[in-house]
Amino acid sequence: MSTELHEPQPEAPEGSAEAAALVAAPEIIAGSLGEYARIWWRRVRSGESGALPVIIGLIAIVVYFQVRSSLFLSAGNLVNLMTQAAWIIMLGMAEVFVLLLGEIDLSIGYSSVIGAVITLWLLSLSHPVPWWLAVLAGLAFPTAYGALQGVIITRLRLPSFVVTLAGLLAGQGLLLYAVNKAAPGSGGTIRLNSTVLNGIENGSMSPAAGWIVMAAVVVLAGVYIVMRDGRRRASNLAAPPASVTWLKVVVIAIAGVVVVLIGNTNRGFAVALSGVPWVVLLVLVVLVAWSMLLGRTRFGRYVYAIGGNAEAARRAGINLSRIRVLAFALTGLTAGIMGIIYASLLDGVSSNVNGGQNVLYAVAAAVIGGVSLFGGRGRMLGAVLGGLIVAVIYNGLSLLSLGAAAQDIWTALVLLAAVTVDTLARRGRTV
Amino acid sequence: MVTTPSADDGARPAPAVRAPSPAAPAHAPAAPAGEDPLLRLRGIGKNFGPVQALIDIDLDIPAGKVTAIVGDNGAGKSTLIKTISGIWQPDHGQIFWLGKTVHLHSPRDAASLGIATVYQDLALCDNLDIVQNMYLGREPLRHWQLDENTMETTAKRTLADLSVMTVRSIRQPVGSLSGGQRQAVAVARAVMQEARLVIMDEPTAALGVTQTRVVLDVIGRLASRNIAVVVISHNLNEVMSVADRVAVLHLGRLAAVGPTARFDTQAIVELMTTGTSARLAAEPAAPAETAAPAEQAQPSQPGGQGGGPAVAGDVSTGSPSEH
Repeated sequence: MSTELHEPQPEAPEGSAEAAALVAAPEIIAGSLGEYARIWWRRVRSGESGALPVIIGLIAIVVYFQVRSSLFLSAGNLVNLMTQAAWIIMLGMAEVFVLLLGEIDLSIGYSSVIGAVITLWLLSLSHPVPWWLAVLAGLAFPTAYGALQGVIITRLRLPSFVVTLAGLLAGQGLLLYAVNKAAPGSGGTIRLNSTVLNGIENGSMSPAAGWIVMAAVVVLAGVYIVMRDGRRRASNLAAPPASVTWLKVVVIAIAGVVVVLIGNTNRGFAVALSGVPWVVLLVLVVLVAWSMLLGRTRFGRYVYAIGGNAEAARRAGINLSRIRVLAFALTGLTAGIMGIIYASLLDGVSSNVNGGQNVLYAVAAAVIGGVSLFGGRGRMLGAVLGGLIVAVIYNGLSLLSLGAAAQDIWTALVLLAAVTVDTLARRGRTV
Repeated sequence: MVTTPSADDGARPAPAVRAPSPAAPAHAPAAPAGEDPLLRLRGIGKNFGPVQALIDIDLDIPAGKVTAIVGDNGAGKSTLIKTISGIWQPDHGQIFWLGKTVHLHSPRDAASLGIATVYQDLALCDNLDIVQNMYLGREPLRHWQLDENTMETTAKRTLADLSVMTVRSIRQPVGSLSGGQRQAVAVARAVMQEARLVIMDEPTAALGVTQTRVVLDVIGRLASRNIAVVVISHNLNEVMSVADRVAVLHLGRLAAVGPTARFDTQAIVELMTTGTSARLAAEPAAPAETAAPAEQAQPSQPGGQGGGPAVAGDVSTGSPSEH
């Protein structure tokens, strides 16, 4: 009898080890692929989710639309989806910098397209400047706009919500002013006069170039990941098991092959049309650059630190104002890239651009992708996946011939679900 | 009683009773470098408007010893450690670091000397892992990138040296750690930053029994590495078990300071509440003039607040009326 009473005791340490496993990333503590999977699943159930739940949600939505409309997974529509998603993804990535700080920037929906207007104006002059110079000028404006708001927020200690709301309103006015000045008498639209910039959204790599670029990207990423993890394992540092390392490389390779296969499928009606849109490469380059910036530099580390505990960061000697202003400037810069993409997609910029709505899509994309509104948690990749989900919803519902009303409501529901998961996960962690 | 900077007073003022040196003035000049304690406070005063938070504090913090600062609420404990850690500047008095006068204008000044303050709650970012927290603000770079491998290796070694942490992985977020483990991480961070004086404000206030043990072990290990430790605590049992020296504050004044062995819990309570105690251990039966060489001792005046009788041995008291 008494031995039975004591039976549960030996299990206690096991339980506490599992509790520890709940909170650490699986790649740190797992010794094998099986253990990795088990720890990962436990973390997902406890709300400590990585990118995979977002991907699973994305797949579920894609399956739903494919069932409802067989056109959804056609090559033509998927390439269309890539070009539509690009600007949402880019604006979502812009928002990540400030969201990680626990701040928000509502102004980038307008500052981005104002920058694009400057670019388009420089290209429409009787002696047009080189396209790259026009782009630089167009990127400079939203960068400075973001930095200015960052300075106001840090110097005067005002809430970023209010300052950037003012930035949004001012941006709306500035856009009207800029379009009317840059293209007087055009009815509020400035057109894009550059084949290079037009090609971002409307041009494609040749099929061969697509394969070569993809192969180069996969090999570079694979070598980097395998060597990094291998070196860490050799030095007895925290590293995922070799099987997980290789699994990552395989996933990257599969993703690359799928994108290129889709892009290289003929999607033309009268004439053959194939190739991966250039904008995919642009998004990839920005994603890698900003991920490195956030993950492997002091600046990135401090962004996470400030978002996690600003007082601790301050006591560690971090210059909070500098990091914050820099983050707002980077948000503006990334938004500027979105402005160029947006102009390329629409072949010009109209003064009717709904920058207020666009920025809310961007925030939604980032939050759906797992970037916490409370700061300190999230990755650039999250904004890409979240932006894809938002774009898929809009694309799919258009295919089903459902109007804007249904699109907005669907996005709202997905956003609500994502924020709920974020908040519940957060609550689960602190208890 | 007089202050006697004696020759054998090293960085660790021993609690031994020494022969008096009758000619020394009451406010003795700092002893020559090399014989000084790590940190020496002389006549420190701090006012907040009309409130005198600290009055004429003379205190030595030797290396390799745990000095506990105790006192009731409002006695000036926090003000004192904030003065040491550079958050507030004293209105009066001087601070000597290894015998040299220093002015701590900011926490950065204090940190550059090697003074680290460990806070219970505010020091760590929950979303960062242990390594990231330990290196926050001073990450090494390699090829323009964070040198994660060096950070992890060094952090691992430091934690192993302190040998109190039982974590599954040092790459787990700090938010997942227990209170004691968090405290240990914060201390390890101070150690890794080559702190020579670690100040801990209520290090065990929110901890359970086991976790408190963890933190007290860390404190002991710090002292054994010749680091000076200053601990503020309300828990007198804890103070008695971990501290080498005790400083009791009462209404902004230093009521008594000396080796822990000279105090018992009852004496500390009396000192905390009344500023004086008749219970201070008088052993060994020493001449009345005897004082710890590093302390600033003053005549105990019966006419002072509550009267301070029978203060002897290595315990010095600054009686309130001394001005």
